[in-house]
Amino acid sequence: MSLAVQTYSSVRDASDALKPDGICYLGGGTLVVRAVNEGDVSITGYVRSTAPTLQTIDITEGRATIGASVTMAAVLGNAGLAGLHPVAKAVGGPTVRNMATVGGNLFAPAPYGDFTVGLLALEATVHGADGESPIEDFLAGRDDRRKRGIVTAVSLDVPSAGVLRFLKVSRVKPRGVSVVTIAAALALDDANKVKSARIALGCMADRPIRAQAAEQALIGCKLEKDDIRNAVAVIGEGTNPITDPVASAWYRSEVLPVHFSRLLLG
Amino acid sequence: MARVPVQFTLNGQERAEFVESGVTLLHALRDTMGDTSPKGGCQQGACGACSVIVDGELRLSCLTLAETCEGASIETAAGLASEGVLHPLQRAIVDGFAAQCGFCTPGMIMAAKTLLDHTPNPTREDVIEAISGNICRCTGYEPIIQAVLKAARSNSQKAG
Ligand SMILES: Cc1cc2nc3c(=O)[nH]c(=O)nc-3n(C[C@H](O)[C@H](O)[C@H](O)COP(=O)(O)OP(=O)(O)OC[C@H]3O[C@@H](n4cnc5c(N)ncnc54)[C@H](O)[C@@H]3O)c2cc1C
Ligand code: FES
Ligand code: FES
Repeated sequence: MSLAVQTYSSVRDASDALKPDGICYLGGGTLVVRAVNEGDVSITGYVRSTAPTLQTIDITEGRATIGASVTMAAVLGNAGLAGLHPVAKAVGGPTVRNMATVGGNLFAPAPYGDFTVGLLALEATVHGADGESPIEDFLAGRDDRRKRGIVTAVSLDVPSAGVLRFLKVSRVKPRGVSVVTIAAALALDDANKVKSARIALGCMADRPIRAQAAEQALIGCKLEKDDIRNAVAVIGEGTNPITDPVASAWYRSEVLPVHFSRLLLG
Repeated sequence: MARVPVQFTLNGQERAEFVESGVTLLHALRDTMGDTSPKGGCQQGACGACSVIVDGELRLSCLTLAETCEGASIETAAGLASEGVLHPLQRAIVDGFAAQCGFCTPGMIMAAKTLLDHTPNPTREDVIEAISGNICRCTGYEPIIQAVLKAARSNSQKAG
């Protein structure tokens, strides 16, 4: 089956062209073209934008703005984003990373969306043709794409290397699908106790979610086995893991505390 | 269905063709342009058999739309041999029995070529990472890894 491709140099025009039913924005195409190849007849045409801002990475005064069409490979090629490299590297194999965009990752259903798990822990802001929103709000409402228009960029405080603890558990190395993905942005005080924590989980719902009970339980703890016990005990609170060919929901729930604990202590 | 013009360089030659709108690069290459070296395995991005190089980067042609390649430079395995002489990667694959059914081979070679273009002296780990998006159901990978390392060595001997 063939589908019309509409290409716009302006983000606004591309966003407006998304309004009719069945028209889908084309990022790198690793999910959307795959769906069409698989026989998804709900997609009746593609819209894309070649606006240069979508391809740009800007780092100004510690704040990074990453265009929606920036690929994982481009993130990995930017030394200023070193703190995000382990997250970008977790997405697919090298060929997928050459195509997979930051914008597309925001919409990727579990078990995908590994980069978004990192962005959620880092409290990113999602910018769209029609305004901006905190990533959590964006994720909650992301299904209504036509109302929202296209995503143009994400912005976040540049994490120094090592600030984000990130773990993607997969069974096939080096490029398997996630069993569970965990990102934890922790700040420690002078006594090495956690003073703030933002923890995000992938595959523990249909889209990345925060683990707020564990975040609260970590405050005031040292990253030592006895101290983190309560946080580990509540890491699964509020989750509703997916079942897919890689792992059942039960399995994901069972291994989450083990890997969370390793991430904190490692 | 509407046909649209696309123009790009394929293995060094300017090509201008009409393709069906929304068609993948894989189908445009195979069905319209007569280059059957990229293979359609899964059409899902999972096997790597369709891998081609677009503007120096490895891409899955099954998930790339032909229209997005307007003006690009595309390399496929069909363009590697020159005047009847195999490319060092092809030679190393043949000599090392690194192809059995051969279905994965063109994609594997393009993945390896991208690696050697950027990293002329790769480590074994570099090779494993570079071909990690390409599935081979026959060889068990080791002969392929060895062939890529051998091609890199023969390239660097020539350069030196
Ligand atoms: C073999 C394979 C392995 C993979 N492995 C992983 C993995 O390990 N981890 C992972 O996270 N993902 C993985 N993926 C999924 C996918 O590659 C990534 O999630 C990628 O980031 C999606 O981006 P894209 O640009 O290709 O999205 P597209 O396919 O272009 O788009 C996906 C969805 O997002 C929408 N969209 C895209 N960009 C925008 C925008 N700017 N504004 C509005 N809507 C937009 C599209 O309309 C579509 O609905 C894999 C895919 C494949 C094929
Ligand atoms: S046919 Fe493209 S990845 Fe399998
Ligand atoms: S040689 Fe048969 S799949 Fe690789």
